[in-house]
Amino acid sequence: MKPQTLAEKILTRASGKSVEAHNIIDITPDRCFTVDDTIGAIIRYHRDAGVTRLAMPERIGIFCDHYAPADSAEHASDHSAGRRYAAAYGIRNFFEVGQGISHQICVERGLVMPGELVFNSDSHTTTLGAVGCFGTGLGALETAYVWATGRIWLRVPPTIRIRLEGELTPGVDAKDACLALLQIYGAMLATYCAIEFTGPGAERLNIASRMTLCNMGVELGAKTAFFAADAVTEAHYESLGMTINAKVAQPDPGATYARNIALDLSAIEPLVACPHTVDNVHTALSQQGIAINQAFLGSCTNGRLEDLRAAAQILAGRRIAPGVRMLVTPASSWVLEAALREGLIQTMLAAGATLTTPGCGACAGLHLGVLGDGEVCISSSSRNFQGRMGNANAAIYLASPATTAASAVTGHITDPRTL
Amino acid sequence: MRIAGMMRVIGDEISSDLLYPGRYLTLSDRTEQARHALEGMGAEWPGRLAGFTILGAGWNLGCGSSREQAATALLAAGIRLVIARSTSRLFFRNCINNGLPVVTCEALGAVLHDNSRIQVNLAAGRAEYAGQSYQFPPLPQTLLDIVRDGGLLARMAAS
Repeated sequence: MKPQTLAEKILTRASGKSVEAHNIIDITPDRCFTVDDTIGAIIRYHRDAGVTRLAMPERIGIFCDHYAPADSAEHASDHSAGRRYAAAYGIRNFFEVGQGISHQICVERGLVMPGELVFNSDSHTTTLGAVGCFGTGLGALETAYVWATGRIWLRVPPTIRIRLEGELTPGVDAKDACLALLQIYGAMLATYCAIEFTGPGAERLNIASRMTLCNMGVELGAKTAFFAADAVTEAHYESLGMTINAKVAQPDPGATYARNIALDLSAIEPLVACPHTVDNVHTALSQQGIAINQAFLGSCTNGRLEDLRAAAQILAGRRIAPGVRMLVTPASSWVLEAALREGLIQTMLAAGATLTTPGCGACAGLHLGVLGDGEVCISSSSRNFQGRMGNANAAIYLASPATTAASAVTGHITDPRTL
Repeated sequence: MRIAGMMRVIGDEISSDLLYPGRYLTLSDRTEQARHALEGMGAEWPGRLAGFTILGAGWNLGCGSSREQAATALLAAGIRLVIARSTSRLFFRNCINNGLPVVTCEALGAVLHDNSRIQVNLAAGRAEYAGQSYQFPPLPQTLLDIVRDGGLLARMAAS
């Protein structure tokens, strides 16, 4: 058989026939999840189509993360409809308000395995590629369709290989590497493609950093983005008491790539994506004078323990600038508990930060930190489109957790290395 | 499948937040969704779709979130075809699977102008526009069939 990319390999296994890039195939996923902002639509579609049984309830999961706890009667009713639906159809994987963001829960609790094909009605499902999983987003109707029929069409993506070289320098992290890729190649680098991150720089990155890179893969246009399973992946599952077969999540040597790119991690500086596109990227230093009103630390991009550590290190012994509010939203309850044990939450609260319930938080502009007219937010999340955080008359700058925390301290965009 | 009509043209990198702001995600009624189509670009935009059946756009249309209302609100507003230089994967899927055909063609996308008439033969991959003929790769048959069925909802009902 022709050597395969990781995307081709996983889709060959899941579809039961040999596939290659650009094929359109009919496929059954290993998992198909939804988040709360889509569950209402799925239920309505099933009602309208007369669906009375689900093809594979054991492969389904429902996560309350986008507006949890609910901020309105409509959102609360989505949650309660989801709970009733899960009970009626025997869906055991129902994750309540406060448990956290779906993608974080999937990785940290071993809900998904290397080499699996996983759908979720959320664009940032690419995050799962950190553990060698083919994660990709679906819309509401197609999710409803998969739940009812167990199948859907999928286009086999060509793959862009990004070789990471060197090591990140102090004060610079995986988020800056994502922003560097957006700065150099733009938001359409990988439209409808898969991304494989490889090379010595990739091998050294921990699961949290890998999740950030795969998460932002969708901002580069990617259908999915992954790191092949390796010793880091094995160690992650071992810590959960699970063993994996790494081989099913590794590309064949000699596979055909649509494009090869190299990124030198050691040359990257702290960066920010300026309003209103993710690829409008400049150095944090060059934006130093811009005053902020809100700093948001959280999201599936950067709400992990490692991110909270980076922020707490900067906030320790300092105060958030007058007139600035800093929101800290751990990506999950596990992250929150670990951060409490390490004293990170205490450090950030002492600096004047505000802690919110684990989940998506302010990122999607639905609750917990919507911006006011004319306000400026620096955010560790992944999107700065106009209106993203609930107000079209506000400006969002995307940055690493360290840059976000440093900016909260000074009240303006700040390169964390200058503090 | 042949589609002809008047085209409203929007710009490059029109994200799903601009196509359909997140605060309207709970609206399930399609007529209500139509009232907010393109509203992220300004309050006047939903009204600007009246009388148009085709939406033209530049690069990376629908980038960002997976919200399918970015596609269904356009359908509800009377749009029957989307033409763009390129689209995001999720926006493309949401359009096709809801029965809204999408043409991606760099050459054609580059010359679109607002308030103009266009004629497209989807299966043949050909468009007649401003006195010129343009070729584009037609949608694969599987996807044309879904569009012809009016989207996945009818198939789900039949399954």
